Amino acid sequence: MKGDSNEQALLKGLANNDSKAIETIYKDNFNMVQTFILNNNGSYDEARDIFQEAMIALYEKAQTESFVLTCQIKTYVYSICRRLWLKRLQQLGRFTQQVDSLEETVAVEEDLETHEKRNAEFVIMDRALNSLGEPCKSLLEGYYLKKMDMNALASEFGYTNADNAKNQKYKCLLRLKKLFFSQYNIGE
Amino acid sequence: MDDILLLDAIERYLNGEMNAEERDYFEALRKKTPEIDQMVVEHNMFLHQMDLYVAHSNIKHTLNDVHTQLISKGDIYEGGEIPTRGKIIQFWNKYKRVTAIAASVGGVIALFISGLALYFSSIVTDPKLQQLGKDLEAVKKSQQYQGAIINEVKSKIPLNARLLSGGSGFLIDTKGYIVTNAHVLRGTGAIVVNNKGEEFKSSIVFIDQLKDLAILKITDSDYIAAKSIPYTIQKNNADLGEEIFTLGYPRNDIVYGMGYLSAKTGFNGDSLSYQIQISANPGNSGAPVFNKDGEVIGVLSTRQAQAEGVTFAVKSKNIYSIVEDLKNSDSAYRKIKMPTKSTLKGVVRTSQINKVEDFVYYVKAYGK
Repeated sequence: MKGDSNEQALLKGLANNDSKAIETIYKDNFNMVQTFILNNNGSYDEARDIFQEAMIALYEKAQTESFVLTCQIKTYVYSICRRLWLKRLQQLGRFTQQVDSLEETVAVEEDLETHEKRNAEFVIMDRALNSLGEPCKSLLEGYYLKKMDMNALASEFGYTNADNAKNQKYKCLLRLKKLFFSQYNIGE
Repeated sequence: MDDILLLDAIERYLNGEMNAEERDYFEALRKKTPEIDQMVVEHNMFLHQMDLYVAHSNIKHTLNDVHTQLISKGDIYEGGEIPTRGKIIQFWNKYKRVTAIAASVGGVIALFISGLALYFSSIVTDPKLQQLGKDLEAVKKSQQYQGAIINEVKSKIPLNARLLSGGSGFLIDTKGYIVTNAHVLRGTGAIVVNNKGEEFKSSIVFIDQLKDLAILKITDSDYIAAKSIPYTIQKNNADLGEEIFTLGYPRNDIVYGMGYLSAKTGFNGDSLSYQIQISANPGNSGAPVFNKDGEVIGVLSTRQAQAEGVTFAVKSKNIYSIVEDLKNSDSAYRKIKMPTKSTLKGVVRTSQINKVEDFVYYVKAYGK
């Protein structure tokens, strides 16, 4: 069962954060996952959460160079969601009437492990960025996230010249690095 | 200040913004000074993390945008009733293409039938055929869902309430006290059903989330108390390797299962429970676990998701402690009397089950 060329194109679009491709995958799979979660003691919000997490996992997988999806997107997404949901239910210690396992699934444990590691890193970076305070946070976001150039940043933040803004950026970066690595090493 | 200069140099080096001369100088410096070398590696890794972070937040952003867009377009639903009939139409829409390829109604029917056959014989040859089988299953599921609603109407569950979860429970006092798992009782109330399908209203009188045990009291006037309970509840610990059996409601009919006690502690060394080897299914939660003499040794509660047959049961002595707690909390419950005489010792299994099954109930929890 190899994903056809249409699916390959969709995945390529996903890897490039192309909203058209993402919309197609979303539309084709969301309802299935929502039904599954709702039928298994979940809420609409939980369905959305789980589905989006699965999409991010698929996105991460699609970005790796060695990437091959050996099954249909639908099967993969369903498998990830199922696994994630089972895990969440287990964390809650529930063992009532739930989780029908009639659909086809593929093994996704390894992918999920990678995904969870990435997720943890994301959370650490997010926390570090948010505890920086202003204007450090916006300055770094401007430079590294929005990829603005130093002159534009200087005028936006009101620095007299790009060099001063750059200096400030590095000071902020040093602080961010410190925050990040203090958490990151513990996380390891 | 030096740190900042160095950081600037490292970043320019990593971004390839240095000219050849500068780069040679910097590389020589890197070779000579391990600290700087380490900083370069560290910074490179950090920048990589930043890139991942950026990508991650961007995709999250896109996903949220797409979600809101699709909702406003009506392609996906959130909130309100589950559009059951809409689902079927959606499945139809999704496979309209397949229909077009088949180009004739006969073709579709043939596909449908082979899909059905494939589903039941569970031999997978063609992925497409199998998918049709799966969708059938989904349709069937939504039909079951509707069926469930129809049944609810004539049951004793309040009209506007929705069934939330189901499990098992068993009597510990003929006055109508039933022990089950705390996690079975989601929502606001519960009814219990005996093995003949008769429903009784009940109220939740005690919940201990930590021990995962709860006590229900049947409050229904239709309930006729039996003369005595045939089993006793064990006060001390059971032995490793003891043969055990359970009766519960993973489906509407009572189901028997048998196994053995495999460890004296539960999941991750939890000393409140046992590990037992028994095949349990959702709905078995709250079912009594008996030893071969028909003594209750535990309350079946959870299973390990990834392992086959690894199930956990809350130790029966916890039942005594929650009953004590209940008695202490409210004098109205002082009169609970746990069964003291077993009539099951040395009796063959089928007649043990015969005697016990009337005392095991299907617990249905409901909420708004």
